[in-house]
Amino acid sequence: MTPRTNGARLTADGVPAALSLEGVSKHYGRSVGVDALDLTVTAGELVTLIGPSGCGKSTTLRLAVGLERPDAGIIRVAGKVMADGRRFVEPEQRRVGLVFQDHALFPHLTVARNVEFGLDRLGRSERRTRAGEVLDLVQLSHLAHRYPHELSGGEQQRVALARALAPRPAVVLLDEPFSSLDESLRAQVRRDTVATLRETGTTGVLVTHDQTEALSVGSRVVVMRDGVIEQADTPEKVFEQPATRFVASFMGDADFLPAHVHRALLTCEIGIVSTVPGWADSDMDVDVVLRPHEVALRPDPNASAHVSAIEYHGAFVLHHVRLASGRTLRSWQPHTVRHPVGTAVAVSVTAGTTPTLLLGDRAITSPPPSSSLARPSSEPLPLR
Amino acid sequence: MTGTGVLAEARTPTRGLRRTSGAGRPAWSAFVVVVAVLVATPVLAVVLDGIGSVGDTAPPRGIVAMVLTTLALMVGVAAGTLLVGGGLAWLVTAYRFPLRNVLVWLLVLPLAVPAYILGFVFLSVFDVSGPVQSALRAVLGPDVWVPEVRSLPAAVLVMSLSLYPYVYLLVRAALIEQSAGTYDAARTLGAGRGRTLRRVLLPLARPSLAAGLSLVMMETLTDFATVQYFNVQTVSVGVYLVWKGTFDFHAATQLAVLVLLFAVAVLTGERALRGRARYHQQGGRGQGLQPERLRGARGWAATALCIAALAAGFLIPVLQLLVWAVGEAGKSGVLTDPRFGEYLVSTLLVASVTAVACVVLSVAVGHAVRISGGRIAASAAQLTTFGYAVPGAVVGIGVLIAFAAVDTALERAGVPGGTGILVTGSVLGILYAYVIRFLAPAYQAVDASLAKIPPTVTFAALSLGAAPRRILARVHAPLARPGVAVALMLVMIDAVKELPIVLLLRPFGFTTASVWVYELARENFWEKASLPALVIVTAAILPVVVLVRQARRAETRGRAAT
Repeated sequence: MTPRTNGARLTADGVPAALSLEGVSKHYGRSVGVDALDLTVTAGELVTLIGPSGCGKSTTLRLAVGLERPDAGIIRVAGKVMADGRRFVEPEQRRVGLVFQDHALFPHLTVARNVEFGLDRLGRSERRTRAGEVLDLVQLSHLAHRYPHELSGGEQQRVALARALAPRPAVVLLDEPFSSLDESLRAQVRRDTVATLRETGTTGVLVTHDQTEALSVGSRVVVMRDGVIEQADTPEKVFEQPATRFVASFMGDADFLPAHVHRALLTCEIGIVSTVPGWADSDMDVDVVLRPHEVALRPDPNASAHVSAIEYHGAFVLHHVRLASGRTLRSWQPHTVRHPVGTAVAVSVTAGTTPTLLLGDRAITSPPPSSSLARPSSEPLPLR
Repeated sequence: MTGTGVLAEARTPTRGLRRTSGAGRPAWSAFVVVVAVLVATPVLAVVLDGIGSVGDTAPPRGIVAMVLTTLALMVGVAAGTLLVGGGLAWLVTAYRFPLRNVLVWLLVLPLAVPAYILGFVFLSVFDVSGPVQSALRAVLGPDVWVPEVRSLPAAVLVMSLSLYPYVYLLVRAALIEQSAGTYDAARTLGAGRGRTLRRVLLPLARPSLAAGLSLVMMETLTDFATVQYFNVQTVSVGVYLVWKGTFDFHAATQLAVLVLLFAVAVLTGERALRGRARYHQQGGRGQGLQPERLRGARGWAATALCIAALAAGFLIPVLQLLVWAVGEAGKSGVLTDPRFGEYLVSTLLVASVTAVACVVLSVAVGHAVRISGGRIAASAAQLTTFGYAVPGAVVGIGVLIAFAAVDTALERAGVPGGTGILVTGSVLGILYAYVIRFLAPAYQAVDASLAKIPPTVTFAALSLGAAPRRILARVHAPLARPGVAVALMLVMIDAVKELPIVLLLRPFGFTTASVWVYELARENFWEKASLPALVIVTAAILPVVVLVRQARRAETRGRAAT
């Protein structure tokens, strides 16, 4: 939790957060847009916002820009209140930049005029200079006199970024900025964009539905679902230590197996998974999260599990394995390994794996107080 | 009624930026509400005054006869346009015959000849002194019986010939565009060509038919000039005559309420005919109905039928006007008649001021809806376009009431005579009524352009610190330019053609080309009316050409998608 001064959240060095939402709610009729959302983006940070459609990420963005009024809560940009119960600052006065999927360039203005659009408070020469600077930044100075329709998709995207950066906004929001680009182009434009944002120290919030993008771009990943934040953490933590069952399954592939912890030993249908230090006194049922890259296979005629389907993905082959109980696990195997459908396989967990444990829909990292050995083992938790 | 604009009606209206918030930006929402109130006031005034005065005065004389005549005329014209327009649409869509590809588009041309022009040309040919009756008398003797030309059936015939293109266009569009996929599906399910037509295509065309017929009936209802040639007393004529004859406000508004009731009935009827079923066709891909070739005499008969409709509705009247005009031009003094220039100037002046006002309001309203978001602005914007569905007589009387109220207020404030519209009429009143009537086509054209601007462009401009007024000037207005051009043209031409409103509201001594045509035609000075009539027809051809081009493009696009 960041310290509070004057009501505004400050980062450690006393700079107010570039963007903060505190207890912000927005409902559309009966459906929830976002519910009591807390999100702080510190200056210079690049945060990705991800979730399935309807999770509230677009609403969050619209609230931050000022296209929606919150029903409750406080929104601040660079420490200044943009919206609370009484005040509401219109979008044009917020210093929040926007980059869209469709780039939203003004079709009737040249690239230079597009970039200068947000600089009308500057004098003519300053305006020219600043526009030149940001166009240099995205390496498009040579196209300054073109019209948007004369540019490629990637170039349009860079113009949109330059245009958003020109007025030096407190924070730039990027709404799925790469999803309209070709697959081949996307990675390059993404790298360039992130480099530009980092180079200029711009605070950015990138909304995406692409898990890989969320993990690779952000210094922090915020996973949303049904209007609430499920987890906000570094990419590594979100992937390796998901906070909830939803995050585990949404951020990458995951299978769930009922498991049991007894005297620091985690066991499930495929045998002993790992040890769980610190759980020495526990005796309880949990679910274990197994990602396909953590599942090892070995042909074994005596095994009760068998390969039920295989998918060739190029570098890797995804094996679907049906266990004796009827549950399935998935396992990535290198492309040289291909166990035909029907092969009986012994399933284990690759060495060094510390899988996530779930109690209900939430991850647990330490044994809950009620799980001591004295308590009789409860009913197995139902699978989702 | 403003045909070309209304035909393009079924577009999705501009959505606001915000999805829910009620008020949006108060100032911009308020602006749209003010425009909506200005548009709605005269109509509300008519309703309130009309209903409020029931019982105060005796109902206008002959009211029952008027209602019955109106009903007969509307039903007659609906049947006539259904027969001509629906039949021709069916013919050119289901069959191939000589000249079909040209006739398909030429058949729209009668739209360019307003009924009040077609009407007097018809009279000149068929009335007692016309060539037809003269010839009959010459052959069969002076006592030969001929049906009365100035009668309801003749009015029905003339109006049907002038209005059938509405039904023709809409039904044809329904037959070819909507149902390609469905047609194919029905055929693959084993239905024959004839059965598919009867069981699938015609039911699918029903809403379009309803829309076309309702347009036709509204036009018929609005008219009170053409019908007067034929001595047909509709309620709209009643409003005009009562007002001009007696200046009896309450009697006029009571009749105007009746006119409004007819309009409501027509629109309700359209809804009912459309039914609850959803006729929207999704992904209408497929070959669709392929026209069948008509061979030999049958093919030529079809060609003749089309040419006959075209000739009666366009070729003959225009030719007759040209002959007259050439003859008149030969005589000295006609083209040099200073009134000709004067009337043309006042026509153009009123039309351009109206067009500019409508377009400015449309751009501002469209911008306000986008910038403000909010349901209030969106609903108010819808309300600004309802004037197109209100007959001219109602708008006219409503404007008079509104101005009378302003007069009273002004006199109370110490301005003697107020605006003076009640005594002498006022061009301002005409302009106000025109804006109410023609805001719909202007808004639709402008909104079509604005709707092409992705909302993200507006968001981007906002996020770059541009205030709404700057966005209007730098983003929305420049990007709405194509729609603005179309809107200007549509409104200009509608205003040039418009007759009933000017007749009702014009100040003493103020005459437009359309009024001049009407007055000369009323006095049987047909040759003299020919020049201004040709001016109007020439102007009216423009939007028809645009309409045809749009329809053709839509059709080729439809074909390219298959």
